[in-house]
Amino acid sequence: MQRRLFVRRLLSVMAISFGSLAVKLRAAAERAGIAEKRFGMGIQVDKCIGCGRCVEACKEENAVPLDPFYFRTWVERYIIRADGEVAVTNIDERITAARDAALEREVMRSFFVPKLCNQCDHPPCVQVCPVGATFSTPEGVVLVDDQRCIGCRYCIQACPYGARYLHPVKKTADKCTFCYHRTSKGMLPACVEVCPTQARIFGDLATTASPLTRFRRMNKLSVLKPHLNTEPKVLYSNLDGEVR
Amino acid sequence: MNQHLYEALKQVQGFIYPNEIEVHWGILVVLYPYLTGLVAGAFILASLVKVFNVREVYSVYRLSLLTALAFLLVAPLPLLLHLGHPERSFEIFLTPNLTSAMAMFGFVYAWYLMVVLLLEVWFTYRRDLIVWARDKTSPLRWVHRALALFSDDISPEALSFDQKAVKAITIIGVPSAFLLHGYVGFIFGSIKANPWWSSVLIPIVFLFSAMVSGIALVLLLYMVIMPRKGQKIEMACLDKIASYLFYAVIIDFSLECLDFIHRLYESEESIKILSELVMNKLFISLGVMQILLGMLVPLAIMVSIKLFRFEEELRRLLYFLSALLIQLGIFATRWNVVVGGQMFSKSFRGLTVYKMELTGLEGLLMTLALLILPFIVLAVLIRLLPPWDKVAPEAIAD
Repeated sequence: MQRRLFVRRLLSVMAISFGSLAVKLRAAAERAGIAEKRFGMGIQVDKCIGCGRCVEACKEENAVPLDPFYFRTWVERYIIRADGEVAVTNIDERITAARDAALEREVMRSFFVPKLCNQCDHPPCVQVCPVGATFSTPEGVVLVDDQRCIGCRYCIQACPYGARYLHPVKKTADKCTFCYHRTSKGMLPACVEVCPTQARIFGDLATTASPLTRFRRMNKLSVLKPHLNTEPKVLYSNLDGEVR
Repeated sequence: MNQHLYEALKQVQGFIYPNEIEVHWGILVVLYPYLTGLVAGAFILASLVKVFNVREVYSVYRLSLLTALAFLLVAPLPLLLHLGHPERSFEIFLTPNLTSAMAMFGFVYAWYLMVVLLLEVWFTYRRDLIVWARDKTSPLRWVHRALALFSDDISPEALSFDQKAVKAITIIGVPSAFLLHGYVGFIFGSIKANPWWSSVLIPIVFLFSAMVSGIALVLLLYMVIMPRKGQKIEMACLDKIASYLFYAVIIDFSLECLDFIHRLYESEESIKILSELVMNKLFISLGVMQILLGMLVPLAIMVSIKLFRFEEELRRLLYFLSALLIQLGIFATRWNVVVGGQMFSKSFRGLTVYKMELTGLEGLLMTLALLILPFIVLAVLIRLLPPWDKVAPEAIAD
């Protein structure tokens, strides 16, 4: 009788400890799985037609204020004239005077460049945030905790790409999240989803087989302002040297 | 509510990133380095008395300390008012991000206020506070007793301990004053995204311009307060302060020239837009106010005073005028750094505008109020802790 009780207790203790061990191992494995992912974006400059659907989709998806001073992503139009002068406009600005004036003279080449937060691996904004409200997720996405941000705007000053703005209602810093609410569930960012020419390619930089990997294999790539050592995860193909 | 941004949008020259239309650090952030500069400068002047034993400036020792304290108490206010969420500002103390230059603000400030300034003021005034508190006719005797923290020992041993404490705090204080303002410079100098700010020289330029502005302020205060108190302005003291001011201005000017020449000679990617910035947006505030009126004219005045020994009356007038111009110049310096650094696009392809509001939290009226407030605080401090009345010379002499 006593021996049977002992064996039963022993078994139940073992079952509980193995069970909890399994749960812990699984959680660790899940964490490791997340950490293995590294989100990035490829941008094929030659494919962008400047339709601005990405900008609209982003504003809609992320409730970005509609005024033309708040953008998580925007598209720049470059017109390089025969005399070497460069005219740049933000296609969403709805101020076409500069663009039209540029078109009056002989144009050498012209192209569109979609811009967004570069989700740097070495982000100056995260470095300077005094309270740690801006941080990198395990996937390397830079986010802002709007419950913690004090609105000092140091991160806006520190971003070399002009990717941040102060949200006029929340009074906290705001920026592209790579649509983290979508991408962390396996969906695509809004801008990628609506792009009619697939100029934007979203994916995991750590996998070996994906459209993003293929893009990285097939193209000569560059990043914006590489001399600042921010290590962007937004990669451009066929980027013109005039783009800053 | 964004009307001013739509207005600004029309005045943009060239191309700027779309998020750059809003100038994020406005006049209040200009005020912050200006005020802390005055603190550091006034404190360094006070320290000259204690560390280098410069007898001529004894009569402004306590005034300098009180000036530093008054301005330090007001210095964080413009920052606080400029925050999007001032109610969360304490997070800087509770959960500081250790890689952030700005997160150190709380600690540098607390160190300077609590450990350096308050302690030095307390040890300097302890004996006098006890003496004042014993004066039965004084209406402030209870305040003075409380300010002395109810200490009652003015034995020679206790007084000699006070002296030693003041000396020790001053020795810690000088590097602390350097730290305070050098650190403010580092907040700007460490932003690699901004070529106008990103320079190792910025903290040092800030430091010397701080000394210039602080010394000039104490000079002005001394010249204004003494006649009102019916006391004589000591020319020896004035000449000495002015000569410190002269050397500080020379160092500051040389550093700024070095910075300018270095930028021009290296002629990096940003040079075109920065020259446009200087010639276009900052011509008045940099060319006229900072360099011509704030530096060259006062320098010329002070050189001519050194060369030709003018009579006292004229000297006083010229000192006053140069100190006033220097204040204008240093304020313009802060403006040119803070606002100037945001007038050009980080795409280096265009310039934006800054429209200061009149009212509102970040408006001109608030700025004027914050500029006047430290003088009110100083007036209260002078009333509570008179720097000159009833001070036995041995209390300040070693």
